[in-house]
Amino acid sequence: MYQFLYNLIGNELIAGLLVAVVPLTIILVFALFGIWLERKVSAHMQDRLGPMRTGWHGWLQTVADLMKMLQKEDIVATGADKTLYNIAPILVFTGSFAAYAVIPFSSKLLGSEVEIGLFYVLAISSLVVAGILMAGWSANNKYSLLGAMRAAAQIISYEIPTALIVLSMVMLTGTLSLDKISQMQTSSFWNWNIFGGAIFGLSKFLLIPFMFVGAMIIFISTLAEVNRVPFDIPEAESELVAGYFTEYCGMKWGMFMLAEYGNMFAVSAIVSILFFGGYQSPIGYLGNSIGAQWLVPFEQGFWFIAKGLTLVFVQMWLRWTLPRLRVDQLMTVCWKYLIPYAFINLIIIGIISIL
Amino acid sequence: MLTEFGKILIFIMLAIVFVVAVFIISKFLSPNRPTREKYLTYECGENPQGSPWVKFNIRFYVVALIFLIFDVEIILLFPWALTYKEYGVYGFLVGLIFLLVLGLGVVYEWRKGDLEWARPYPKPPQLDEILKPKS
Repeated sequence: MYQFLYNLIGNELIAGLLVAVVPLTIILVFALFGIWLERKVSAHMQDRLGPMRTGWHGWLQTVADLMKMLQKEDIVATGADKTLYNIAPILVFTGSFAAYAVIPFSSKLLGSEVEIGLFYVLAISSLVVAGILMAGWSANNKYSLLGAMRAAAQIISYEIPTALIVLSMVMLTGTLSLDKISQMQTSSFWNWNIFGGAIFGLSKFLLIPFMFVGAMIIFISTLAEVNRVPFDIPEAESELVAGYFTEYCGMKWGMFMLAEYGNMFAVSAIVSILFFGGYQSPIGYLGNSIGAQWLVPFEQGFWFIAKGLTLVFVQMWLRWTLPRLRVDQLMTVCWKYLIPYAFINLIIIGIISIL
Repeated sequence: MLTEFGKILIFIMLAIVFVVAVFIISKFLSPNRPTREKYLTYECGENPQGSPWVKFNIRFYVVALIFLIFDVEIILLFPWALTYKEYGVYGFLVGLIFLLVLGLGVVYEWRKGDLEWARPYPKPPQLDEILKPKS
């Protein structure tokens, strides 16, 4: 994509910028679609209809909300620290968007081919924590501060099981680049990492149960990292009004929402790259069989979005299935169950991979 | 030549420019009619009471500290995870020793009770219990 645009335009900066605009568009469209989907999924699970008035089955509802949000008066409370208050949404959105730089949407559409992709994702997503703490601290509000402290404690705690599972995947694949991990799982779903990766023999079958455990752990801990139910105590609407963004309104609040939906898709994408083959098709490509090579990247994009959306749907599904965890249960799940399991999983995967 | 990290910088700059641009557009579209009540800190409609910087549980600090130690150790393991296969069993054992020390750290924190969120109150020995003759 970058090379193609560079040959077309001849300017590096403009080509890089155009490559960066594509994931931004995807996030914006996904947020519009995701919020509508969330409302519809919630409604149908509770035997309601959800938004029905704006457009066919209310598909324009989020656009209408966006219009409303843009026209809202911007209120900064008198006691708030204005500088930090305004920087916080920028940091949160930047942290969630910058992770898309290394996520391959298809074999041709990739922002940056750095060798340390996974490492970079783990590092840059910490910006979100800084932004959340800033938002909570500067708002001069008790709910915000409590929500921010809870969010920070939760996100940093659940980063450890995530990092351990990522580490075990790095041991198995021997690379940190998300693009290379996707390329390894080619040609059929039997080569996906959840089925032991593209290797043959006994070790593949030995790996399968541990891969399932790993996929479960990373799904649970990424769910907690994006503050989704059942791990939503930072923004528990029945005790803290909205958590760390209680005081925000209008488009600044919208940026937190956008970052949240961006994060939801980003973690789903990373789980699908690590375990479910990323952009690889489970059944082979139509473009290869009819001899149209240009079709393959589009098919890969389709499979990537489909896998991401499936995981996002599971996240929404869980929201209406499980009750919220208490704060001590949250820490118990992380430190006493997920981390020891992830740890043992890591050692066993290491032993199997040197057999 | 634009390096790979230069492309990442473009992503970050684009995110910042996008957010600032949206704020500016919103500023032009939105009304501005301030009143005193509107600018009060939100506390369920009541007047705000006391300082907003309330005391919070010391556990948050302990969790942050434990996280810091573990995260640094896991980050140290990444280069090992990339290359240990070249050294075979020996390479794996070196990492395994490090991992076991890390595991001992978890066990220590667990035993010490730092992983409990609600720590049970310590029971100081009572005088009458000490003085009670052993039966």
